[in-house]
Amino acid sequence: MPLTSETVPKPPVSIKLPVLEREKLVLHGRSYHWITTRVCGILENKQPLLWWWIFIPCTLIAIIGVGGGLVRLVSTGVGIWGNSNRVMWGWPIVNFVFWIGIGHAGTLISAILFLTRQNWRTSINRASEAMTIFAVICAGIFPAFHVGRVWFAWFLAPLPNANGIWQNFKSPLLWDVFAVSTYFTISLIFWYLGLVPDLATIRDRCKPGLRKIVYGIFAIGWRGGNRQWSHYEMAYLLLASLATVLVLSVHSVVSFDFASSVVPGWHTTIFPPYFVAGAIFGGFAMVLTIMLPARFIYGLQDLITMKHIDNMARIILLTGTIVGYAYLMELFVAFYTGAIYEMDAFKFRITGPYWWAYAVMMTCNVISPQVFWFKACRENLWVVMIVAMCINVGMWFERFVIIVGTLARTWLPGDWKCFAPTLQDQSLFVGTLGLFLALFMLFLRFLPCINIAEVKWTLKESNPHHEPPDDPGVTRIPAYQKENLKSPPPRS
Amino acid sequence: MSTTRKRVYGYLAEFESATALYAAAEKIRDHGFTCWDCYSAYPIHGLDTAMGLKRSILPWFVFCGGLTGMATAFTLAYTTQVVIYPTVVQAKPANLFTLPAFFPILFELTVLFSGLTVLFGLLALIRLPRLNHPLFESHQFHRVTDDGFFIAIEAMDPQFNREQTRDLLAQIGGSSIELVEED
Repeated sequence: MPLTSETVPKPPVSIKLPVLEREKLVLHGRSYHWITTRVCGILENKQPLLWWWIFIPCTLIAIIGVGGGLVRLVSTGVGIWGNSNRVMWGWPIVNFVFWIGIGHAGTLISAILFLTRQNWRTSINRASEAMTIFAVICAGIFPAFHVGRVWFAWFLAPLPNANGIWQNFKSPLLWDVFAVSTYFTISLIFWYLGLVPDLATIRDRCKPGLRKIVYGIFAIGWRGGNRQWSHYEMAYLLLASLATVLVLSVHSVVSFDFASSVVPGWHTTIFPPYFVAGAIFGGFAMVLTIMLPARFIYGLQDLITMKHIDNMARIILLTGTIVGYAYLMELFVAFYTGAIYEMDAFKFRITGPYWWAYAVMMTCNVISPQVFWFKACRENLWVVMIVAMCINVGMWFERFVIIVGTLARTWLPGDWKCFAPTLQDQSLFVGTLGLFLALFMLFLRFLPCINIAEVKWTLKESNPHHEPPDDPGVTRIPAYQKENLKSPPPRS
Repeated sequence: MSTTRKRVYGYLAEFESATALYAAAEKIRDHGFTCWDCYSAYPIHGLDTAMGLKRSILPWFVFCGGLTGMATAFTLAYTTQVVIYPTVVQAKPANLFTLPAFFPILFELTVLFSGLTVLFGLLALIRLPRLNHPLFESHQFHRVTDDGFFIAIEAMDPQFNREQTRDLLAQIGGSSIELVEED
């Protein structure tokens, strides 16, 4: 090439197009076999000591709180929940709405992110779906037992009672029964169908014996043939579409329980979208709360990368901001309608005896996620964990504010009471926390916590049409990934 | 028992990557085989076309399942609320115009029946559960759920021929070709 002066540009030898690569969802170029071994290793090897340190206390708390608490409740009567006034009913409902909301992130990740082709969902969808199932189990305990005489809980099902009277199909409470049971069934089917290929992976790795037989039965003889995959993928797509409408509908129906009543503070049209956003918000916080430690303990950093955590933090920021908007809009509408009862309800929430609950809700749910505007905060796992914990607390208090903070001042001054949970109330709620964590620990112990088949599918070489790595026409620019800062990948 | 007479299931050949499996599938399709399948640990994009498979008919099952669910919900709500025992609650009437109040349950049962149809329709279409299969007799097939890519051509196929099929598999890039037999 001839020498040229600085001012004359060089003629282009060949046009090179710059191509920004996608972020890698599996780091360090891990192979299929590495993924299989790493994920299956969690349940094939001995559990770390920390697993026992979490599992045993949680199980004890669950047995004492849920098992013991419910036995005492049923044998004595709901009086031990202190249900002597209308406000006291609030506690089981607060916990029911809290738990059912937690589940929504799992369905969002597995359904909506599937339909929108967000491939990063593959590393976290299995654990979040498991979380959905366990959260709905915890949620179901409260309405089933708060009916008082639990042996009449079958009144919830569409069956006539002894007088031939049927349930009221116009009531949001019956809608709720249908919504929650459908949600649980569909989530379970979705979770199980996703598990089948991975159960087959474990089956094929087991030595002959009881383990192989049990995993084999649950793997229903999956062979991984494309004639099976073809139908399987269609089934997955259909379930994702069904679950997408469910994730939007379940918490909407839950919110109808409140919104269709004529109680100031509840009777608002903003409730369905506000509840759904809050559910997804709280659910993602719970996913982070349980997945960050699991990622660390089991060394899954190459599969659940900082990119995954960053994405979840962004969703939390988005939904948290929607929730904040809903809080403010509630106040504005109460003011703008000029309805004195509505205004008074919100004045009571903010300045009444539950002002501290309102303050906790506002701080945890609206202010704390705003730190996620900053990349440094999204990349600091301690900050992410602390914010996630704040949101868990804040979302519980949101339900407390909505339910207790409203029931304490309804139309009749005779109902104006303040609320204090009894020991039974508290132990049952703590018991469900134990139950949730204990079930999740068992899930980590016995089932693959990452969707092995789908993670393999996201690898570049899994696509038979992937471009050859040495395309001379392009310059590849690697995408920003925090993990690569220490050892940047070679540019080709 | 070595005296047991074994039945030939077919040939199993391994391929080194998804790309190789895809190319091999196209060739086998063009040879006109019908009883064969590609095995992999994850669904391979576009392999349906390479194998000449039609789109799954599962959505039609699910459509019918969903309609059944909606009809069930309507019958349940309308019969019990309007026909059998009309109850006037909160001054809401009990007649056909109550329909909007039934929408949530219509919706939920539609989704529930559709979801159950997905599960059972899928199991029917892929003919599972079936805990035993001749391929499980193979000494290498366990790698399919890990990192193996396989093609199996069944002996039931009218084009199957012990020598020619083996040669074809070797020619299109298959390795570790194995004759799978069942007891």
